[in-house]
Amino acid sequence: MTEIRFSGFGGQGIIRCALIAGKALSLYGNKFATMNQSFGPEARGSACSSQLIVSDDRVLYPYITVPEILVSMSQEAYDKYESDLKDYGFLIIDQDLVKSKPPRAKIKFYSVPATRFAEELGNRIIANLVMMGFFTAITKITTSEVMKKGIPGLVPDRFLELNLKAFDKGYEYGLETLKKGK
Amino acid sequence: MKKSKADPKGVLTGSHFMDGDYALAEGGLAAGCRYFGGYPITPSTETAERFSERIPYVGGVFIQMEDELASIASLIGAVWGGKKAMTVTSGPGFSLMMENIGLACMMETPLVIANVQRGGPSTGLPTLTGQQDMMQARWGSHGDYEIIALSPDSPQECFDLTIEAFNLSETYRVPVFVMTDECIGHMHEKVVIPPAEEIELVERKWYKGPKNKYLPYKNDTDGIPFMVKAGDGYRFHTTGLTRDERGYPLLNAECQATCVSHLIDKIKDNAEKIIHLEETDIDNAEILVMSYGITSRVSIKAVQEAKKAGIKVGTMQLKTVWPFPEKRVKELAGKVKAIVFPEINAGQVVLEAERVVADKCEVVSVPHYGGWVHDPKVILNAIKEAAK
Repeated sequence: MTEIRFSGFGGQGIIRCALIAGKALSLYGNKFATMNQSFGPEARGSACSSQLIVSDDRVLYPYITVPEILVSMSQEAYDKYESDLKDYGFLIIDQDLVKSKPPRAKIKFYSVPATRFAEELGNRIIANLVMMGFFTAITKITTSEVMKKGIPGLVPDRFLELNLKAFDKGYEYGLETLKKGK
Repeated sequence: MKKSKADPKGVLTGSHFMDGDYALAEGGLAAGCRYFGGYPITPSTETAERFSERIPYVGGVFIQMEDELASIASLIGAVWGGKKAMTVTSGPGFSLMMENIGLACMMETPLVIANVQRGGPSTGLPTLTGQQDMMQARWGSHGDYEIIALSPDSPQECFDLTIEAFNLSETYRVPVFVMTDECIGHMHEKVVIPPAEEIELVERKWYKGPKNKYLPYKNDTDGIPFMVKAGDGYRFHTTGLTRDERGYPLLNAECQATCVSHLIDKIKDNAEKIIHLEETDIDNAEILVMSYGITSRVSIKAVQEAKKAGIKVGTMQLKTVWPFPEKRVKELAGKVKAIVFPEINAGQVVLEAERVVADKCEVVSVPHYGGWVHDPKVILNAIKEAAK
C-alpha cells in the first residue's frame, strides 16, 4: 500500500493530480485507488492537498496516515506537510516555488522546475501535468502509458495535447534526473 | 412484481473513477429516475450537480427548488405524475423534509432520498462526516410508519444501493433512504456500471382496470395497492389524512388501525425479503462486529488485527439498516460472546441491537461524535476488551 499526498495552493490543479493518478491506477493499472481531498474554507486559495491511497487490495481506511510520497508545489504546503512524510519516503517539489530544508532521515528528495517548464510550453496552468510526468518517472508507481490514460476527460479536450506534452516533458526530465543519480 | 431491464439511455456503462455523490446520481439515472427536485447542501451538492448535467439528456427534469420542504413535495407530485423521482440532502435539509416524508409514507408514494450525512446537530460540520441521522431516518416524521434505509460503504455501493433503493420503493410503495456520508460522498474510487441489460428494475404496479373502478388504497393480493398516473383519466383522491380504500378521509379509530397497520406491516412482514446483509466468518465467531456505511470498512481493518491477535471475530455489514435485522441478530446473540458496534454517532443503531439481544450477549457501543471516521485502533481495543 502506498499513501500519496499532492499539495500546493488552490488553482494549481492539485486535486486533478490525484484524480488523474487514481483514475489511471484503478482503471488501467490493476490497482485499488481511493482518493480524498481537503474540503471547506481552509482548502480554498491557501495550502491545498489531495490524498491518494494505492493498494493491491481493497483500501479499507479511507485517509492517508503517514504518506510515503509527498508532492509539494507551494512553500506553504511544503511547510505544512513535510513533517508527516515517512522517514524513507519520496519528497518531490517544484524547485522554483519551494525552498526546502535539507531532507531529513532517508527521504529521497527530487525537484523539478515544473512551473517554469510549463511556462516554456506556453501556459503555467499545465505545471501540474509536468509534475505528474516527473512524479511517474521518479516513483515508478506505474508506467507513463498507464498514467497518461488517466488524463483524457480530466483536462479540457482542446488542451489534451498540451497536457500530454507537459506530462512527457516532466517524465523525460524525471528519467534524466534518475540517470544522473540525483 | 413486474420486472424490466434498465433503459440504456440512463446507464453510463463502463468503469469510472467517480465519487460517491456522483455515483448516487448515476445509480438513480440507471434505475430510471427521471425527476430530481432538490436544494443543494454540502456535502451532497455534487449529486444535484450531476443530475442537473445529466438528466436533461436522458429525458428527465431537474428542478432546483426553493427549499427542502418544496423539494420533497415536488417529488411526491412527480411520482403521482408517473415518474420515478429522487432527491439528495444532508442533515439540516433532511430535518426540513421530515413532514413531507410522512406525507409520502401516508400516500404510499415510492421515492428515494439520499442523505450524505455530515456531523450535527444543527449546521454542525458541513464538510465533515457523520452517521448521526440514522434514527432520524427511522423516526423523524410524526406518527407510526415504517421506511427502508440502506447504507453504502463505497462509491460502488452508492451506485448499486441506489438502484436497490428504487426497486424496494416501487415494490413496497414506500420512501427509501440511501444513508451515506461525507467521507464516501467525496471519496473517489472505481465504480463499475454494468450494461443496461444487466440491471434489473422493478416496474411500478400500474392499475389497468376500468376507469370508474380504481381504488388507490385497495390492497392487491401481495398487500400493495396499484397506482395510476395523474392525467390518465382515472379519478382518484389521495391525502395525508387517514383514509379508506378510495383515498377519502375517514377519521375514526377503526380506519386509522387499518391504514397505519398496513403502512407498518407491509415492511415488517417482508423484512426478510428486504434485508440485505454481508457477513464474514460468523460461524465460530466469539465477537460479532456490526456496522454500516463507511464504518464497516474501517472496522475490517480492526477485525484483521484482532484475528492476528487470535480473537475469533465475525462481521456483519448492514446494507439495510432499516428494517433492522432483528431475527438474524437474535439468532447470533445466542452464539457470540459480545457484539461490538461502532458508528459515527453517540450510539444510535446499537440501541436496536441492545433491544433485540435482550441480555443474551454483551453489546458494546463504539461511538464517534463525527468529523472523521473511527481510528481502527479504537475498534480493535473494543474487540479485545469484549473478548476478555
